[in-house]
Amino acid sequence: MHKLPLKKILIYLVLGLLAISIIIPVGWVFVASVKQNNEFYGSPWKLPESFYLQNFADAWGSARMGEYMLNSIIVTAVALAILLVVALPAAYCLSRFKFRLRKILKVLFMAGLFINVNYIVVPIFLMFIDGDKALKSIGLSPLFLNNIYVLALVYAATALPFTIYLLSGYFVTIPRTYEEAAYIDGSGYLKTMVKVILPMARPSIITVILFNFLSFWNEYIIAITLLTDPKGAKTLPVGLMNLMKAQNAAAQYGRMYAGLVLVMLPTLILYIIVQKKLTQGMTLGGLKE
Amino acid sequence: MKNKGKSIFIFLCVAPAVILFTIFMVIPTINIFKMSLYKWGGYSPNKTFVGFDNFIKLMQDMKFLQAFQNTVLLIVIVSVITIALALIFAAILTREKIVGQNFFRIVFYIPNILSIVIISAIFSAILDSKNGLLNSILALFRDKGSEPIYWLGDQKIVIFSIAMAMIWQAIGYYMVMYMASMASVPESVYESANMEGASRIRQFFTMTIPLIWTNIRTTLTFFIISSINLSFMLVKAMTSGGPDGSTEVFLSYMYKQAYTNSSYGYGMAVGVVVFLFSFALSGILNLITKREPIEM
Repeated sequence: MHKLPLKKILIYLVLGLLAISIIIPVGWVFVASVKQNNEFYGSPWKLPESFYLQNFADAWGSARMGEYMLNSIIVTAVALAILLVVALPAAYCLSRFKFRLRKILKVLFMAGLFINVNYIVVPIFLMFIDGDKALKSIGLSPLFLNNIYVLALVYAATALPFTIYLLSGYFVTIPRTYEEAAYIDGSGYLKTMVKVILPMARPSIITVILFNFLSFWNEYIIAITLLTDPKGAKTLPVGLMNLMKAQNAAAQYGRMYAGLVLVMLPTLILYIIVQKKLTQGMTLGGLKE
Repeated sequence: MKNKGKSIFIFLCVAPAVILFTIFMVIPTINIFKMSLYKWGGYSPNKTFVGFDNFIKLMQDMKFLQAFQNTVLLIVIVSVITIALALIFAAILTREKIVGQNFFRIVFYIPNILSIVIISAIFSAILDSKNGLLNSILALFRDKGSEPIYWLGDQKIVIFSIAMAMIWQAIGYYMVMYMASMASVPESVYESANMEGASRIRQFFTMTIPLIWTNIRTTLTFFIISSINLSFMLVKAMTSGGPDGSTEVFLSYMYKQAYTNSSYGYGMAVGVVVFLFSFALSGILNLITKREPIEM
């Protein structure tokens, strides 16, 4: 009789400990974002004296986080758009039609799952340097480095293997009879794909969007490598990195934590809304970059 | 006529993906291998072919060996602890009747959706030696006036601080994964075990783990790849490899050689070694963890 509750207590204690170790640091960032600078020198557990919202204004304005946020939104949206336009038809054809090279292409994209983006960022960077040099030599302005649209293209390209893998897995499960019926009605290949198949693939498309949104929004190694101009465009995580480095020197904690909140909040809100889909989608794909 | 239309359709569908994939993934990968055979400063046009010189130099490079050692240490610590904790929490959340089960699942997964930059900032705040959250808690249990623990400043400790951040980030992700495969174990299996009087802990070791073994095996490869990646991203944001190289990992060293030092060829040689290492390690682990699948 006595043994059971003790075990339960132990279980809740363990669960609670892990939950606290996550909630407190994340919550602490939110609290810290409204503290004034001198409050950072005392005990870290003190609640803020007031809601010092000036931090957000500083982060947004003088630390340029507002501008970076807009960049991040553009990069993420453009990358997702390119990714879907390119990956959906490719995944559809690779899983539906028999053609020469199909097997080879499938193997190639599978192998792409193992290519680590953090390695190839150096050769990509060098390729862009060469590209910009070539453009300059024929009198055009450089295009590849410090360009957020090119960054979006790189994001989309490097997400292709994972996305095609996930989508193909889903397309295979859709019965062929739907397409056959559409063909009999005189619908062409393109129309059949867009009107019949893509709507049916919605769950997997949503999963793809979720995962890639998180990885594009949070990415910083490629961004920091390809956006080299210190005064030029940055994405939020890169801007935040700069703020963290500057923080060490100039002690502007408040605006740094405000910046952290700006990066974190969209992902947290999205996560709370779609958490069920996200964790389900994970077992669907069973893969992480 | 119809067949021609089909071919054109397929070509138009597949070509963009193949082109993007080739330009931004295949060619750069080939370039890594190619450049590792050259001595090259990067910006200058003169590349000299040096064969395997970069690799020979690498094997005598103490800094690289330290990065090697640190990476292996992180892979081992992080994988073992994360697998253990993720399995335990997954078992608790699937097998026990817990109030707020959903709440715990949602909270545990949060670190996985945060940017590594944010995790670095959070852990810098937790681990700060003067005003950090961790030291201020520990101060309650330690003698007044004792030296604070330099989580990020002490060469012996700092690598474990990085490991702590990596484990914190990963538990929820793997927990959700193990939960999914545990949920597919039919309840009837446990019922008969309950009848025979096997304890929960025994059931966990003799039934749950063998039944989801395939899933655990697949995650081992993830652990290797993601440890190499995450350690790099965290180190770059938190310590830059310091103090004095004590947190230098594979890719941070590669990155440093390529950019700060501008010896691209040498940096790429590091990349090749890391690539081969992670491939070989996955292969070996895959072999030695092979078990006959258990029929359910």
